[in-house]
Amino acid sequence: MKERMKQIVIRVMAACLLTSLGGAAPAFAQLRLTITSGVTDPIPIAIVPFSRAVPADGGLDVAQVIQRDLESSGRFKGMDRKDMVFTPTTAVEVDAAGWKQQRVDYVVVGRVSAQPGGQLRIDAELVNVLTGQRVAGPFFIGQSTNLRNTAHRIADALFEKIIGVRGAFATRIAYVSVDGRPPKQTYELFVADSDGENRTRIASSPMPIMSPAWSPDGEWLAYVSFERRVSAVFVQHRRSGQKTMVSARAGINGAPTFSPDGKKLALTLSGSNGNLDIYLLTLATNELKRLTEDPGIDTEASFAPGDGNTIYFTSDRSGSPQVYRLTTGSTERPKRVTFQGGYNARPRVSPDGKQLAILTLVNGSYRIGIQDLANGTVQILSKGVQEESPSFAPNGAMLIFAGRERGHSVLQTVSSDGLTSARLDADAGEVREPVWGPFLP
Amino acid sequence: MTIFDTRTGVQMKNFVSLSVLVATVALFSGCSTKKSDVPETPPAPTVDNTAGVENADALAGDTTATMGPSGELLSKRIVYFDFDRAEIRADSQSVVAAHAAYLSKNPNQKVRLEGHADERGSREYNIGLGERRGQTVRRALALQGVADAQLSTVSYGEERPAAAGSDEQAYGLNRRVEIVYLK
Repeated sequence: MKERMKQIVIRVMAACLLTSLGGAAPAFAQLRLTITSGVTDPIPIAIVPFSRAVPADGGLDVAQVIQRDLESSGRFKGMDRKDMVFTPTTAVEVDAAGWKQQRVDYVVVGRVSAQPGGQLRIDAELVNVLTGQRVAGPFFIGQSTNLRNTAHRIADALFEKIIGVRGAFATRIAYVSVDGRPPKQTYELFVADSDGENRTRIASSPMPIMSPAWSPDGEWLAYVSFERRVSAVFVQHRRSGQKTMVSARAGINGAPTFSPDGKKLALTLSGSNGNLDIYLLTLATNELKRLTEDPGIDTEASFAPGDGNTIYFTSDRSGSPQVYRLTTGSTERPKRVTFQGGYNARPRVSPDGKQLAILTLVNGSYRIGIQDLANGTVQILSKGVQEESPSFAPNGAMLIFAGRERGHSVLQTVSSDGLTSARLDADAGEVREPVWGPFLP
Repeated sequence: MTIFDTRTGVQMKNFVSLSVLVATVALFSGCSTKKSDVPETPPAPTVDNTAGVENADALAGDTTATMGPSGELLSKRIVYFDFDRAEIRADSQSVVAAHAAYLSKNPNQKVRLEGHADERGSREYNIGLGERRGQTVRRALALQGVADAQLSTVSYGEERPAAAGSDEQAYGLNRRVEIVYLK
């Protein structure tokens, strides 16, 4: 028993070592996840170490990845392994009464097994200790090279079985990292798993990189780069690095966002006269259509889900930045949708189209708010003084945004009900502008 | 004050629209292909088309801190702004006037007006605020006789602060337009 724990510890260390050696980027801006607040009565759950497939599993501790995922939601408290009296790997071996005495509500057991052709199969089973109900599955078959992703998928499925909402652990985030002191800084665009692992550098420049946006299929990123000293919008393939400059028009080229079908980009252009308006760019034909025409600043477009005809954006046409809604192809003037407070910007529509995440000024602090689009009520989700860039997880249950911790920009997550939050710290540099990618196929 | 210390040596080629179309179609038809197991480390990015390029002269005119005229007012190249404002303050009018006079007498000299914002609020909106400040200086110079062809603007929003820190002093130094003399 003790020997086995030791083995696990060593293997976890080996896995970490492999991860850090395998990273393409230099050693800064690695992210570490910390739960900052959870629900008052998190669900007690025991994730028992899975049986392993040596050496095909590369030493990955699947149960630990699942436990970290579930705990990061703030809704679960994983049982400490050293308190586990039993270590079953199948549901039939689980003695529900025994675990009930250990005060857990659920037990997760599982097995990693090698398959023909170098694939790995992971079987996981969930036992409800209170009811004795055993739920077989989920099981997944994956390549040994992405076992960690498979573990996240199992966490997604377990989260859905217990909470009733699909988990978003097997997803990616993109973010901007900035290193060095002004005026000489290095700007980098990274993609990482939602828990901060598996970080890959997408772009790097001594000039600003900003406003990353995911394509709906998660294969492409649009972003703004000043690598030519002036702004340009690029679309880049996440894995191959293939990069296309899609807009380098006179003046500002900013705030790109993909349409729900992935075929168009809404973006902000100013022309040489400096009047920022929203445009729609069809990527295949390079056809450009103007969507707003106002002397104020119009920027930060966000598509509502669905047919791509509804767009929310920031405009200061009323004197201060507020969020407006427009319908493409309609001659109606955009309608203002935010009314509480003097600063509401950077709208992002929830995946179900019912809520709007905004950056809102409350008592002198810039915080993340969530507005119910049906009745207009606003709930403030964060507690800091200078937060920005809210982005919904594809399940709508969590948001990621940039906040501050001891003078540094860090990434934070918060549940859409405001009950749980976590922080992703970088070990160096500033990390900001996080955007949550879609569910992976 | 150094503005640019590196050059991205990328030379943009203007491909005909057909190649743009082909590249873009290839780009988006690739979306549904099955994932391979290659390590997720993209190779160095390559720029393969230049759709919508109108600011191709962006790379022209490298600058250094020593470029441009000297003199008590002319050596001042930064115009500062109040919070959430884009009007030129009284204490900066004489600096703007001095540059206007110099540029009017030297019609071949070009400047780039680089607008900036402090770090508060949303980043893309701050790009707009920086641009608004740059345009204010541009209009002031134009009203005082500088030809439009001598002037261009760029906004960096809050992305390139002059001073680190989250206090009023840093904010005040960061809300600015830098007048950059081009070669």
